[in-house]
Amino acid sequence: MNAGAVTEIRNSRSKIHPKQFALLIACASIMMMFAAWTSAYIVRQAAGNWLEFRMPDLFFVSTAVILLSSLSLHSSYISFKRGNEQMYKLLLVTTFILGIAFLVLQYMGWQAMIEIGVPLKTNPSGDFVYMISGAHALHILGGIAVLIVAMLHAFILKFNPTPARKLRFELTLTYWHFVDLLWVYLLLFLTLQG
Amino acid sequence: MNDVVTTTTYDEDVLIQELGYDDHFHDHHHGDKYQSNFIMHYIFSMDHKIIARQFLITGMFWAVIGGLMSLVFRLQLGFPEESMAWLKPVLGKWIVLNDAGIGTLAPEFYYALVTMHGTIIVFFVLTAGLSGTFSNLLIPLQIGARDMASPFLNMLSYWFFFLAGVVMFASLFLSTGPFSGGWTAYPPLSALPQASTGSGAGMTLWVTSLVFFVVSVLLGGVNYITTVLNMRTKGMTMWRMPLTIWAFFITAIIGLLSFPVLVSGLLMVMMDRGLGTSFFLSEIFIGGQALEHVGGSPILYQHLFWFLGHPEVYIIILPAMGIVSEVLSVHARKPIFGYKAMVYSILAIAFLSFIVWAHHMFMSGVNPFISNFFVIFTLIIAVPSAVKVFNWITTLYGGNIRFNSANLFAIGFVSMFISGGLTGIFLGNSAIDIQLHDTYFVVAHFHIVMGIAAFFGMYAGVYHWFPKMFGRFMNETLGKIHFWVTMIGAYAIFWPMHYIGMAGVPRRYYSFDSFQAFSHFSELNQFITIAAIIVFAAQVLMVINFFYSIWRGKVVTEKNPWGASTLEWTTPINAGHGNWEGNIPAVQRWPYDYGKDGKEFIPQIVPLAEGEKDGGDH
Ligand code: HEM
Ligand SMILES: [Cu+2]
Repeated sequence: MNAGAVTEIRNSRSKIHPKQFALLIACASIMMMFAAWTSAYIVRQAAGNWLEFRMPDLFFVSTAVILLSSLSLHSSYISFKRGNEQMYKLLLVTTFILGIAFLVLQYMGWQAMIEIGVPLKTNPSGDFVYMISGAHALHILGGIAVLIVAMLHAFILKFNPTPARKLRFELTLTYWHFVDLLWVYLLLFLTLQG
Repeated sequence: MNDVVTTTTYDEDVLIQELGYDDHFHDHHHGDKYQSNFIMHYIFSMDHKIIARQFLITGMFWAVIGGLMSLVFRLQLGFPEESMAWLKPVLGKWIVLNDAGIGTLAPEFYYALVTMHGTIIVFFVLTAGLSGTFSNLLIPLQIGARDMASPFLNMLSYWFFFLAGVVMFASLFLSTGPFSGGWTAYPPLSALPQASTGSGAGMTLWVTSLVFFVVSVLLGGVNYITTVLNMRTKGMTMWRMPLTIWAFFITAIIGLLSFPVLVSGLLMVMMDRGLGTSFFLSEIFIGGQALEHVGGSPILYQHLFWFLGHPEVYIIILPAMGIVSEVLSVHARKPIFGYKAMVYSILAIAFLSFIVWAHHMFMSGVNPFISNFFVIFTLIIAVPSAVKVFNWITTLYGGNIRFNSANLFAIGFVSMFISGGLTGIFLGNSAIDIQLHDTYFVVAHFHIVMGIAAFFGMYAGVYHWFPKMFGRFMNETLGKIHFWVTMIGAYAIFWPMHYIGMAGVPRRYYSFDSFQAFSHFSELNQFITIAAIIVFAAQVLMVINFFYSIWRGKVVTEKNPWGASTLEWTTPINAGHGNWEGNIPAVQRWPYDYGKDGKEFIPQIVPLAEGEKDGGDH
């Protein structure tokens, strides 16, 4: 732990940890990026020359998977706090696998779009879907990187729920829930608006 | 330096020791770990004071580059007939020589210069150089924190800014030249690599650079907000924060909400360029050939850009406003007038800045009825702006004013903000904007209200906090010369542009040869160019003064040379990592007790006397 971190914990007198707080602000900022795209979508759609198509069902399957992964990560966190090492590790790995499955399903979703005749460059309506879901997938990829770090911690370090490790887990959890909910918002938007 | 009053009667160390709180800072052998060698201390430093200096000096570097660019295109505008052959050694192939040896500036490069000048000054100098420098320096010092919430992210923030600079700098040396489609990067010039010379590799590097820059702003902003909300010392309630902190705090929030939207727009541009989508491109012919792009909307880009673009101008000006409020109050030896009104007007400006963006698009073909909505909100911004101006003037009124460099620049800021704000009201009316849009009137407006004013705010801050940053003073005589030349010179440059603009002369034109109507402005244009050269020379003087004073300036011998009440002046003269050696000071009162109860000033760490009411509450 470096000197800065020491200071920070000592100096902070509020309930929510500054790092957790900083992460929430960062999430708000990411949210703005997607809000911009969905707003642009509405503006562009209103201008006409807009191809209507149904979102492939695969995207709903992937949604179920990502929701499940949030659930498993949350349970893993609870097991971690209760000191249930086995369960904690198992659920962590489950989350990781579900996260990868989500990405695969998104990829298959794009393939399905091509099959129904909406490859890239057909019409902005399809291009928006590719761009928005693609950018979201990148954020999931970031989440997966974080999960890998969490797994390394789980399997290399001795099991020991110190406050520092609990905090680290909480940060991972917050981010993962965020990208999950972000996708739910995006899917709802693209289905209802599209 | 006879105007430095010293009536300090407080023993600050004792107050901090007795009333401050012990955070066991010393138990942890702080600092040594990453201050032990040169590289860790000065290069990859995580100390907010060093990072502030890194931002400042990098910003100064870019200011010189951006300023020099403007001189080159001003020469073209003022003296289009003169040979530029003498610039050939520097600009190389961008100066084209004819048989007689007469050199002319390549038109493509003129556009590249204008674009780079705008991008560099807006983002690198007035965003990173201003808010990066002073947020870093002052947030921990003025709220009583040992450092930022995350010193590591803070360091990353600087290095992403640096990286953005490296990429932009590299783009200057491309054989096709840097991006040349204007700092706003409208499509199609930005979205079609073949649209102009700068649209190819130049644009790709421009976008790359800006994305790094946004990462820097976001990392910084997350830190500023978290630090202000979580790490204030005991007694430092929100309503006891200096206005500087309020300004940096709100600025960071605006940045976090608006910069991601720019990234969204830029990503769409990149998809149009690289993947052939048509978000922004529609029915375009190049060289007689119809392109495949159909159905895109260039106006959509403008919406996304200005959703950042307008808040961005406030990201630039709010920190300057905060600095000016602080400097004016300290050097007028009076409390800031209407402290709460100042805070509320910052909040109002921040809110309104998100719902006026389309005033940049009145002439782009947006629905005139929608324009009305934006006209109203644009004009409403004048209200909180006027509140601030009123309060600055009343703060000065009847004060025991010290006319030192810092305060002169703060007063100059107020003058510039008034002049430039008034022309904004003209532009904000969509009907008048039909004549004025994209003319030199707009150029005059934003250079005065944003460019010069923000520079003045930055200078006020540099002269005022230089003693805190480097333990020495800047030379006052040079500072005053710097001020007067810049003040008069800036008006000489930009005031005439209002007339040129009202006559309809468009901005971003390389030459006015073929416009009979504009030929009578050629002498005025020469005058402007000469004024610009003189003003630039004064800035060089400032840079010299800055570096000279770092090593040779008059040494600061007391902790609180200006007699200011805020916390940064309770730290040791050359404060090390962690800022305070022993306890962290506790705050007992608001930051603007000047001339109260017959005392010259009362530092924030002095407890309220029996029955004394805290300031700011009225
Ligand atoms: C009373 C307040 C203000 C009003 C009503 C106002 C209004 C406007 C309007 C309507 C335009 C668009 C003109 C056109 O392109 O035709 C404009 C341009 C601009 N304003 Fe302001 N403004 C105000 C204050 C400010 C401030 C405080 C700043 C910066 C600190 C600023 C910076 C700019 C910039 C940078 C542009 C030009 C951008 C470009 O096209 O390159 N304005 N202003
Ligand atoms: Cu604006």
